[in-house]
Amino acid sequence: MMGRGTAVGSRSGMASDRSGYGRQRAARQRLEVISGHLGRQEASGACEGRQADDVHRNAVPRRRQDVLKWNGWGFRDSKFLFNKKGLAELTGKRYQLSGTLMPGLKDWFEGTFGANLQHRSPAVPALNPSVVPPPNLHAAFVEALKEATIPCTHEPEDRVFHSHGHCLHEIFALREGKIGRVPDLVVWPGCHADVVRIVELACQHNVCLIPYGGGTSVSSALQCPLEESRCIISVDTSQMNRILWIDEKNLTAHVEAGIIGQDLERLLREHGYCTGHEPDSMEFSSLGGWVATRASGMKKNVYGNIENLVVHIKMVTPCGVMEKSCQGPRISAGPDIHHFILGSEGTLGVVTEVTLKIRPFPEYRKYGSVVFPSFEQGVSCLREVAKQRCAPASIRLMDNAQFHFGHALRPQTSMFMSFLDGLKKFYITKFKGFDPQRLCVATLLFEGDQNHVLNQEQQVYDIAAQFGGLAAGEDNGQRGYLLTFIIAYLRDLGMEYYVIGESFETSVPWDRVLDLCRNVKERIERECKDRGVQFPPLSTCRVTQIYDAGACVYFYFAFNYRGLSDPMRLYEQVEHSAREEILASGGSLSHHHGVGKLRKQWMQETISKVGLGMLRSVKEHLDPQNIFGNRNLL
Amino acid sequence: MDSSAQYLMLSRREDFRDILEERRTSSDLSHALKSFTRMSSRASPPCSVSTLNKTVLESQHLHYIMQEVSKDTGEPLEAIREEAAGILEEMSQNLQLGYIRFLGFILSKVFKRLFRKINVNEEGLQRLQQAMQESPVVLMPNHRSYVDFLVLSYLLFTYDLSIPVIAAGIPLMGMQLIGEILRRSGAFFIRRSIGTDKLYWAVLSEYVKTILRKDFAPVEFYVEGLRSRTLKSLPPKLGMMHMVLEPFFKGEVYDISLVPISISYDRVVEESLLAYEILGVPKPKETTMGLLKARKVMDEDYGNMHVCFGHPLSVRDLAKGKVNRKQYNLIPRDLPMKPSESIHAFANTTAHLVLRLQQDNMVLSPWSLMATILMQNLGGINLKLLTKQTVWLKWLVLDFGALVDWPVQVADSEVMSSGLSLHHSVVRCEGDQVLLAEQKPQRGAAPEEAVFRRAVAVLMCASYRNQALHVLASPAMLSVALSLAAASSRADIYNLYAFLREMFYNEFIFIPDRTGQDFEEACSLLQKCGTVQIINQNIMVTDKGLSVTSFLTAAVEPFIDAYQVIFRYICSRSVQEFTEKQFISGIRTFTLNLILTGEVKSYDVLSSETQKNALASLVRLNALTKKKREEQTYFSPNKAAIGRTADILAGKIAPQARTYSRL
Repeated sequence: MMGRGTAVGSRSGMASDRSGYGRQRAARQRLEVISGHLGRQEASGACEGRQADDVHRNAVPRRRQDVLKWNGWGFRDSKFLFNKKGLAELTGKRYQLSGTLMPGLKDWFEGTFGANLQHRSPAVPALNPSVVPPPNLHAAFVEALKEATIPCTHEPEDRVFHSHGHCLHEIFALREGKIGRVPDLVVWPGCHADVVRIVELACQHNVCLIPYGGGTSVSSALQCPLEESRCIISVDTSQMNRILWIDEKNLTAHVEAGIIGQDLERLLREHGYCTGHEPDSMEFSSLGGWVATRASGMKKNVYGNIENLVVHIKMVTPCGVMEKSCQGPRISAGPDIHHFILGSEGTLGVVTEVTLKIRPFPEYRKYGSVVFPSFEQGVSCLREVAKQRCAPASIRLMDNAQFHFGHALRPQTSMFMSFLDGLKKFYITKFKGFDPQRLCVATLLFEGDQNHVLNQEQQVYDIAAQFGGLAAGEDNGQRGYLLTFIIAYLRDLGMEYYVIGESFETSVPWDRVLDLCRNVKERIERECKDRGVQFPPLSTCRVTQIYDAGACVYFYFAFNYRGLSDPMRLYEQVEHSAREEILASGGSLSHHHGVGKLRKQWMQETISKVGLGMLRSVKEHLDPQNIFGNRNLL
Repeated sequence: MDSSAQYLMLSRREDFRDILEERRTSSDLSHALKSFTRMSSRASPPCSVSTLNKTVLESQHLHYIMQEVSKDTGEPLEAIREEAAGILEEMSQNLQLGYIRFLGFILSKVFKRLFRKINVNEEGLQRLQQAMQESPVVLMPNHRSYVDFLVLSYLLFTYDLSIPVIAAGIPLMGMQLIGEILRRSGAFFIRRSIGTDKLYWAVLSEYVKTILRKDFAPVEFYVEGLRSRTLKSLPPKLGMMHMVLEPFFKGEVYDISLVPISISYDRVVEESLLAYEILGVPKPKETTMGLLKARKVMDEDYGNMHVCFGHPLSVRDLAKGKVNRKQYNLIPRDLPMKPSESIHAFANTTAHLVLRLQQDNMVLSPWSLMATILMQNLGGINLKLLTKQTVWLKWLVLDFGALVDWPVQVADSEVMSSGLSLHHSVVRCEGDQVLLAEQKPQRGAAPEEAVFRRAVAVLMCASYRNQALHVLASPAMLSVALSLAAASSRADIYNLYAFLREMFYNEFIFIPDRTGQDFEEACSLLQKCGTVQIINQNIMVTDKGLSVTSFLTAAVEPFIDAYQVIFRYICSRSVQEFTEKQFISGIRTFTLNLILTGEVKSYDVLSSETQKNALASLVRLNALTKKKREEQTYFSPNKAAIGRTADILAGKIAPQARTYSRL
């Protein structure tokens, strides 16, 4: 899942990282790089990375549950709660919003969902290991792993942690303490050679492997197939997290695929570089995961999506290792084999190492925002920006409901000029006619060298003015991006009070954007009504990426399930209808979340029977035993 | 069960309220000046007429078509654009509330003068209001009289609902002053026989679609295309139907509600013209003078009028599982595109469904029941017998699910005499005998003249029978099938039923692909009233049921006879092909002779509507081939096939077996 919470903490960390400390780190890093090479040359195959479970280096340790929630989003020390006065706050210190009180959230929450802080639906307090089914271990395979000195475990906590992504139904079940099929074993390879060994052994003993990167999937991709009777091994790549080399002449970096987004950016920053790939989940999602799902980053307008960033990929398949022979920037040698890997969702093998483009860290960054009288005008503006190809690093358009949502998250202390106050000034004095129930907001992020940014900014604001847009300040822009970072934490808060929700996305040609947004939102509302949801759901959307020929649209859907007998089933039916509506309105199956098992049923109509047959034959060739048996995609 | 079946099963019990009652007790002026707030919670703010027209002219779709036309004709694009602007100007409505008020005032006066009551089902209006808040609405009334034209606007104004824009024929526009008043009351004008004028079609369809997309106003149009001269539903025209459905298929609106509306009259204002029109005497041109001359119609009593607003049909519901909207994904939506098979079938079925629902909600007057009996007793009937049979028929049609406006707490004899006196132009009483009011031919006139006068009287009466015919049609087809069938097996009877349904498809309007269900329904109706027994896949008429089946058979006999005469005529001709015009004049002479010799008793065969329907049926059954050549349509008969059809209709041979599909 690439749609969630960017690490604001890491970003402010970057800002203070100008001291000599950075140089020391860089020296140490180089040493590590060298030792990494040495380690790989050892005949025994033992990896340096294997001992490197170093919490100072990695945001996520091997035992993830020590730092991350076992039944919710993100870090254990960070969660939303309503304090005794009914003021919302985010605990911990990691995020910019941490510790600030948000007085507007309670009213918004109760008013939007008809929820009540008196009515709670708490999660089970802790995992009860006795409900976890005993592991179905393949003794010979485990023995062989131990012989190869690759760490593994069948501890219930680890197995449960590796049994899910972050789909609503997965988290909902965990909160209720319901545990289904979980992997029988978790293994932590430390380097490419370890993965080669694991895959060889798996083929030899016919066990099932499920690659696991950041665990942020929202497509049921990590769910263990119920029909799988073999021993299931979760291959956790988190210990393969080193930058193996940086090529400053060609501006590329060769990186182990288990590295997570925030670590990658932090480490590159030490050398003065970045990839610029910032999916909203970059705090937790991994490089390998991005490749396997065709991820998209917030700043793709400057840096490109993952398929534009990748120069070389190494993947271990049951047939052997697949990679190209050189690093030419573009190759005409038959269909690009990278495109068999990009989006293969763990069905073909494990991505172990990736060469990525890197860029000098940008000298200048500026936020911005524009308020439009209506969503229609906002979309027209974005379309024009795409047409003139002057898009800033990120440009997003929130609909009216999200504007109100963002407004509810205003901090108590007026550090920034409050949005509404500013607005009130606008339309009471000069710009009458902005209907607060119709207006919408675009948030902007500019990045690059200062001159370029300032010119670009001018151009974008000029276009916005043509569509009735008014500049609404940098702070509003920045807060707009904060909303993205914390939305998944907010979902956990909702679940404490009978409110469940999910997000899903699509891509659609420009001329259908408005129709699709309206139809899908309305379909959600009507389906909820028809199925007996008492209070109208939150059904809202935003345009999050723009392209020459279309846009990416992101929907949020949440409702109050108090009094409903089977909220999960209802939720799934509504989500299913919403996806049908997307497809009927000319939208795609997914822009960047991927297919997993959740959207598999639509694959044939999406890529045609012939297309599906092509993918099947690749799978058949690479993995006839179905070792990579997560049953995603096909 | 698909959703069309669900709509057919919705309750039909409606309570009506007379809106004239209040008009008779309170000021028409204050009614016309009442505060009017368009109740619509749809998101987009209302747009002006000029913005609407501008959007149409600047649309991508029109742009494509203009380029095509410019390429085809070699004329510069600018000239084509001007032509399009001209078409739009001629077409477009200019809805203004002031004119609605003005018209409201006039109509209050006129309606009170013409009608005793205008009964409306208020529940239907509430449903309509609900529908208007949820999606763009298309009002689909039947068309029996010019009075239909503004009555809906008048009602919606009275009930504070959005005033519709109405598709009207261009002749109405030609009337000085009136045309402009209608335009400002929301009428937009469509040329008759647009044919292959690409540009005109494009402007019209873009206009209609833009109104729906913007939810500018409800769109009102007659799916029958024309005013029905026979007072029977006409087969639907699909052009407008496609236009109003397309915004949904292309995802431009979330849903569209189609509201079938049934307007029925005790007595139709232009009744005296109807018979002349269907006998082939052209109707008077619609002129302002014509209307003023029609002032004498104002002094007559036209009884009650009923307007029944049906349940709104959600196009989204209807299309579920029938239309795959993804078919539009790969082509720009503005590009002109021929509707696919599935779209065409859906539009056709939906149009038929609307017609059927219009029929179901039609309120029958006692008079149209009397006319049905009279048509079986053209030589005259004793009043007591007529009363007895009419009351019997009332119970029968109530059993069949019809709505009947039979006054309660009034003696049957009074209901009868009230009906007879209201229709003094059609019937007269001579002592106890009730006879058709027929103008005596002048002394020394040709015998054909007498037949013609008789035909006028009969067809006028037939029109009122036709108002009730849809209730009887399907059970009557079953009754005929029962009488024609050699054996009582269900399969044989079904075959015949299906054949007859196909034969009279345009005459009685059946929904396509529902033969099985319609057959089942007809069986269960006749079973329910004890007319038939169904035992072991055999359908048998009970002893006491014989009176019902023979009555039903007699009700449709004039049509069967008419078709037989037409078949005979076509087979008797030696030419290889003929045009519709040649056919219509030929069949008239042929029939006149047969009527003069007393060989043919049916006057329906003289109706040009019946003649055209019969031709269409033969084309459907592949017994006639239709060819277009030099702007003319030619028919060439397959005489063997026509002969076979005639033999089946006469019960001489059995129709080809069909697979019997139950539901």
